[in-house]
Amino acid sequence: MARYWNEEIETMDRESMKALQSERLVKQVRHVYDHVPYYKKLMDDNGVTPDDIKGIDDLHKLPFLSKADLRDNYPDGLLAVPKSECVRIHATSGTTGKRCIAFYTQKDLDIWENCVARAITAAGGTKDDVMHIAYGYGLFTGGLGVHGGSHKVGCLTIPVSSGNTERQIQFMQDLGSTILCCTPSYAAYIGETLEEMGLTPDDIQLKAGIFGAEPWTEEMRQQIEKSLGIKAYDIYGLTETSGPGVAFECECQKGMHINEDNFIAEIINPDTGEVLPDGEKGELVFTSITKEAFPLLRYRTRDICILTREKCACGRTLVKMCKPMGRSDDMLIIKGVNVFPSQIETVLLKDFGATPNYQIVVDRVGNADTFEIKVELSDGMFDDTIRSIEQLEKKLSGDIVQILGIKAKISLVEPKSIPRSEGKAVRVIDKRKLV
Amino acid sequence: MTVKQLSVFAQNKPGRLSALTGILAENGVNIRAISVADTSDFGILRIIVSDIDKAKEALKDSAVVSQTKVLAVIAEDKPGGMARMMETLYKANISVEYMYSAFLNPSESTACLILRVDNNEGAVAALTEGGFKLLSQEDMANI
Repeated sequence: MARYWNEEIETMDRESMKALQSERLVKQVRHVYDHVPYYKKLMDDNGVTPDDIKGIDDLHKLPFLSKADLRDNYPDGLLAVPKSECVRIHATSGTTGKRCIAFYTQKDLDIWENCVARAITAAGGTKDDVMHIAYGYGLFTGGLGVHGGSHKVGCLTIPVSSGNTERQIQFMQDLGSTILCCTPSYAAYIGETLEEMGLTPDDIQLKAGIFGAEPWTEEMRQQIEKSLGIKAYDIYGLTETSGPGVAFECECQKGMHINEDNFIAEIINPDTGEVLPDGEKGELVFTSITKEAFPLLRYRTRDICILTREKCACGRTLVKMCKPMGRSDDMLIIKGVNVFPSQIETVLLKDFGATPNYQIVVDRVGNADTFEIKVELSDGMFDDTIRSIEQLEKKLSGDIVQILGIKAKISLVEPKSIPRSEGKAVRVIDKRKLV
Repeated sequence: MTVKQLSVFAQNKPGRLSALTGILAENGVNIRAISVADTSDFGILRIIVSDIDKAKEALKDSAVVSQTKVLAVIAEDKPGGMARMMETLYKANISVEYMYSAFLNPSESTACLILRVDNNEGAVAALTEGGFKLLSQEDMANI
């Protein structure tokens, strides 16, 4: 069994990797400068020209990009090739203005799928495997991203998507799925359902799982591994850089190797922007050095993380990132979906004509996230009948699904029942202990 | 002739009714009719009071209140009294959204019912024509 998908890259010595990154970075900065007027202006405003970037050691001279820049450039302001060169898009959840649309050329897809293929190989996957993909398919990068990587490896790919868990298990039994890809909470749920159906891990052929798109704990890993009889691997990615496969876990299960031939990772102080040395905790920043269509330079992920370069027992030399330890903004990941409180505010504003006092309560019951939005009613928001209140709840619930793609329990509550701290309402209560 | 009803949104939690009725008591507001409609998460407390402005003022800081016009109709307190009222409304094509009975009562042989209907004007006309007596806002303070 091959241990690596791209042995040369995955085990490349540090100096050669730096040289490769430098060469690609220099080219990429030129490409972006010449084709993305927005970033050109950013560079000009910062007094940086492509000639100043001679290698990876000059990376810190480039200005950062953030979610706000993506929003300002919706839908295609950061596109670096003609649209006719693109073959696909993916998008994050969100209102139109908040949504990030990522464009891909065929070469971008090839590179992305290659990254996923590395992850699959690291999880022990080969062309003899049956890949059961229970990530959602669609604009979300999870489904189609892993799907493409699975094809690259040559696995028999089952694009079952999410939902209908008993059918999932039926497929596993009938087709002998060996590797499961989905969110960790869904994997845990499949494990529970298996047991409810009176089956054991011996009744299915699964040997490994590649799980990502939401935070999960070591305990959850052990639980999933036990309930499905597998080894569970973490995978990391974000739509802005490509999707799953930016980083992946090897059999050592101690951090995720970043595919740094495509994505240069930096850790910065989120307040000052100063680059921090390896081993220090800070915000993860990525520079896509091979992407053609949507090449983000120094994109601030807002994930708080640590990078380490100590030698990995798997033989890979790719830098490792730990599981994200939190966020430097107010984004929540609920049921695998990125949620910003401001998105919920937009819905409330639309449905009520004003922003009522509200609170988002997130918890994890068993291994599934619960998501509740409490909204304080105020005068004029109801007209005496239960029907009117229920209609309001239903409308709100529907609009939330439309924007986020996930369902929230809407609870209308009495005025002043949401606690305020020093006069300021506490908008988010996250009871999950994920770090 | 209609009377003003206050509807108060109340979450299902212990002590809510006690708190709300306590506020009215402190302010010397008499409850003339009351009903509680409930769902699994919240309820609506509907009240007719002796002094509507005072009640509104008293509740405004601690509750969401909406005001609605309802009918206070006197029915005969004997078999068929209710049926005749419903028949009258049905024939006039009026829908009753909900109803409950009041505490106040002008005489021992009658009962007072609070009705929310889909057409106040039509209902008042039909009931008056049918010989039913309707109470006014002033009656809520005086009877």
